[in-house]
Amino acid sequence: MANHNHAAPAPVGGSLVNALTLTCGVLIALMVAILMVRFLFGLGSVTALNDGYPWGIWVVVDVVIGSAFACGGFSVAMLVYIFNKGEYHPLVRPALLASLFGYTLAGAGVIFDLGRPWNVWHMFNPWSINLNSVMFEVAVCISLYIVVMWIEFSPVILEQQGKLELKKKVGRAMFFIIALGTLLPMMHQSSLGTLLVVLGVQIHPLWQTPIQPALYLLSAITMGYAVVLFESCLTSTAYRRRIEGHLLTPLAKIMLGFLAVYLVIRIADLVIRGALPRAFVPSIEALCFWIEMLSFIAPLILIGAEDNRRNPARLFLAGVLLMLGGAMLRLNGFLIGYETIVGDSGGFSYFPTLAEVLVTAGMFALEVLGYIIITRRFPVLPREAATH
Amino acid sequence: MGNMNDIFDTSRKTLQDVEKRLEMPRREFLQFCATLAATMGLPAGAEAAVAKAVEAAKRPSVIWLHFQECTGCSESLLRAEHPTLEKLILDVISLDYHETLMAAAGHQAEAARKAAMKANKGKYVLVVEGAIPTKANGIYCKIGGQTAIDMVKECAADAAAVIAIGSCASWGGMPSTIPSISGADSSPTGSAGVAEILGKPVMTIPGCPPNPYNFLAAVVHFLTFGKLPELDKLGRPKFAYSRLIHENCERRAHFDAGRFAMEFGDSGHRQGYCLYKLGCKGPETYANCSTLGFGDAGENNWPVGCGHPCIGCTEKGVGFTKPIHQVAKMLNVAPPLQYPRIVEEQGKAASFASAAAVAAVAGAAAGAAVMLTRNLGLSHAAEEAERAKAAGKSADDKAGA
Repeated sequence: MANHNHAAPAPVGGSLVNALTLTCGVLIALMVAILMVRFLFGLGSVTALNDGYPWGIWVVVDVVIGSAFACGGFSVAMLVYIFNKGEYHPLVRPALLASLFGYTLAGAGVIFDLGRPWNVWHMFNPWSINLNSVMFEVAVCISLYIVVMWIEFSPVILEQQGKLELKKKVGRAMFFIIALGTLLPMMHQSSLGTLLVVLGVQIHPLWQTPIQPALYLLSAITMGYAVVLFESCLTSTAYRRRIEGHLLTPLAKIMLGFLAVYLVIRIADLVIRGALPRAFVPSIEALCFWIEMLSFIAPLILIGAEDNRRNPARLFLAGVLLMLGGAMLRLNGFLIGYETIVGDSGGFSYFPTLAEVLVTAGMFALEVLGYIIITRRFPVLPREAATH
Repeated sequence: MGNMNDIFDTSRKTLQDVEKRLEMPRREFLQFCATLAATMGLPAGAEAAVAKAVEAAKRPSVIWLHFQECTGCSESLLRAEHPTLEKLILDVISLDYHETLMAAAGHQAEAARKAAMKANKGKYVLVVEGAIPTKANGIYCKIGGQTAIDMVKECAADAAAVIAIGSCASWGGMPSTIPSISGADSSPTGSAGVAEILGKPVMTIPGCPPNPYNFLAAVVHFLTFGKLPELDKLGRPKFAYSRLIHENCERRAHFDAGRFAMEFGDSGHRQGYCLYKLGCKGPETYANCSTLGFGDAGENNWPVGCGHPCIGCTEKGVGFTKPIHQVAKMLNVAPPLQYPRIVEEQGKAASFASAAAVAAVAGAAAGAAVMLTRNLGLSHAAEEAERAKAAGKSADDKAGA
């Protein structure tokens, strides 16, 4: 890595009790209560899942979208360590922290949705493994990546605990861990798209394409940078810190590069497959398609010009829009554009219950609360002279 | 099986003799031998050996003892519909002592037994029917002043083979059932099976009564090969007792599909559903009842076929021990208490609460994003203005200088 002088990370400090953390606490308590009902009386008691829609928002939002939101760590680590852009190093720790939470909770969220959660260990049982299964690839990659990410993040905890010797030892193996931490998300983020390929004709033509894995990977990387913009602007505002404009402006440019590639592939695929006319047939799918596409296109206009990329408001909005676009891409593929029986709903329908929504909200609350606690108590964000 | 004539020399004299003796056509006799061989699970070709053994009519001496029992085993053997069965059994063996069947009485009968035992020392077959009382030195069952214990020991001493027929002789059966009164730890007479009295394993043909063909096949096996068939650990011939009744039950498909008679005479019972929930012990009872028709009266002529649950009469610890309507212990797979519903819910449209929750979350997120964007924009504008001002000031300074 190129040698750059950055302020060393330090805990932000301050009180852990405020309106936001209390709100998060309430949402988490609600989630725990609902999950107790779920584990005692089964999925049917709290969810709207049925044979036609075996996957609801717990899988699509908490896991598929949640893990894509958690790509910040991987995207930034790839930039800093693989492409050797050392100047972005201060962004690594906060991004990694958000990813750590996103993935750990995505891994836990899968268990909520398993009909027989006590069998979850079967996927690590060598004679239960089906090597041809996409789900197996996703499951193993995600669980391995969670472990890898905790190791990647371990220096922060070791630093805070004062165990510098151990930190040094971990540091020696870090090059391998970081390489693995870049490879694994690339594998499973694309495999999440492969799941849609496997579902085949059950997916609406606007999302039914063999290049779904490439779209998922590219959009995950783009979303990773978008999340960094979002998270950086949010923390700066919340903690009243200086906005890291000197880092975010060039980062946004890189993000736009990935976004442009994504859009070219996405639109070319729609045109080549002849699916584009379906976007003009009035339907809920077409509406959601346009929300998705406009969310992807708008950032190009918002921060396309170098001057606009200096404006944190535009950066933030672009980040939020890209997160929305990526989320819609996943929601559209797995739920909105998904049909139980080809050309017909087969009588099945799905809309999340209040309990499902509350659990998903609780999961995000848990991420926010964890992020606040860790940044306030552990050395994650770069030290800043007390100017405010 | 090939041509019968290739296997049997049908012109041989003994075969013609057997025709006369048993009053059955040769063809029927050979078919009978083949069926018997198949029942015992013998390899192809063994029917020839069986036929030859029966034709030869070596007539081993058989001593048949009766103790604590109802004579149901003998009855089932004799009352079999197949006209040649009792003929055959009485033809192939020399039944020298059988209290129910023999014409002799009193000391004459006992003398006949002793004479037969002496004449065929080490060669006769001992069949025991009924349990043996052991309490009070066995005084509850005496024949000619001799207790059952002494009698069975005396007769078994020089026997070539000992066969316990029926559940009573096999382990004590119904007489050994412990009454359900407080303090009782054994049956009133302390009934025991033959093996327990002799202190060594014997061949048992349990059942109440057992299928006569199982007994006959075992005897014919002894005649043909000079030894008893292969036995399981309870002394039961494996050819008849190695499979659970449940495995080959005619009602098994109903069990697998979860269709059960819940009480006698209900619609499931009338439609021939599985009797498991009425207490059928087929799932824990080893016997060939479900594959070998009973009493030559055609198939379905067995308890389960008639609509009554199996009581497990061939299985010690099940028959006469467990209540008849107690649900059997599954030795392999137990059916679930309830089955998945067959009407699948298809999901409902959004409820007011869930739609409101989704809208609230989306609204809150959108509102927060807009507010934050606005604030960031305002602070950026202020910063820009400050910077412009500073730039302007420094320009002014420069101009001033």
